[in-house]
Amino acid sequence: MVDILIYIATALTGTGILLALYRFLKGPSPADRVVAFDTLTLMTVTLIVIIALAEGRGIYLDVAVVYALLSFLGVIAVARYLERGF
Amino acid sequence: MTIPGIIGGLFLVLGAAFLLLAGLGLVRMPDLFNRIQAGTKATTLGTLLTLAGAACLRPEWTLKLLLIGLFILLTNPISSQVLARAAHRTGAAKSEKTTVDRLVDDTEERP
Amino acid sequence: MSGLLLALTILLAAAMIGAALVAILGKSMPIAILAAGLVSLLASVLFLLLASPDVAMTEAAIGSGLTTFLFFFILGRMRGGEHD
Repeated sequence: MVDILIYIATALTGTGILLALYRFLKGPSPADRVVAFDTLTLMTVTLIVIIALAEGRGIYLDVAVVYALLSFLGVIAVARYLERGF
Repeated sequence: MTIPGIIGGLFLVLGAAFLLLAGLGLVRMPDLFNRIQAGTKATTLGTLLTLAGAACLRPEWTLKLLLIGLFILLTNPISSQVLARAAHRTGAAKSEKTTVDRLVDDTEERP
Repeated sequence: MSGLLLALTILLAAAMIGAALVAILGKSMPIAILAAGLVSLLASVLFLLLASPDVAMTEAAIGSGLTTFLFFFILGRMRGGEHD
């Protein structure tokens, strides 16, 4: 039962990653691609948590901690570059 | 087949559904600011729901999951706000469908 | 369980190829840097699926976080020098 729910959650998150990747590949302006990149980072954190649940290994969560801590650094760098070029 | 397992799995599917909605909004929204709203708020809620579901399924991971949720709650609004400010200052294009100007509508309808 | 993870691996590898093509063939420099960060992000998940969390953590910290930040810092500093 729980395995089926984890299946469904993985499939839904994978579809979301596919849709955000479409926006990243197509996006008209650079800011659209930055939004897609930010969304993809958070979806990746969720995907790592789901993979850790599926494989049953708690050590995988450390990668998600690192991502949640470091993900906004790149977005802030891009935003500062778009705004005034550092 | 325990009760916390079922609740955790349902939380997991609900969070993943919010992530799917975030991706759909990212594709379907007409405007950059709408895409920022769809891409950051819905992913915050979806990620936190997924973390809650994982904490229900594996109670011994709760501390690490709380740490991830705290980091996301701290950093995601900052990045969203900085991005929206940069887009606003560089003059991003706004869609015609999302701007409301009643006066223009009235004065264009009057003659 | 392994069938779904295999499908996820194939999807992530295809996404990685797409992002790498954007990084190589794109005209604009910031988009290429973002696409390189995305390649590193997906490579980290692939390392995790191959059951090596330490390599995935290093890839996440160095490749996706620090390299993107450093590239944008340098790109902002050298604006106005060399064209394109």
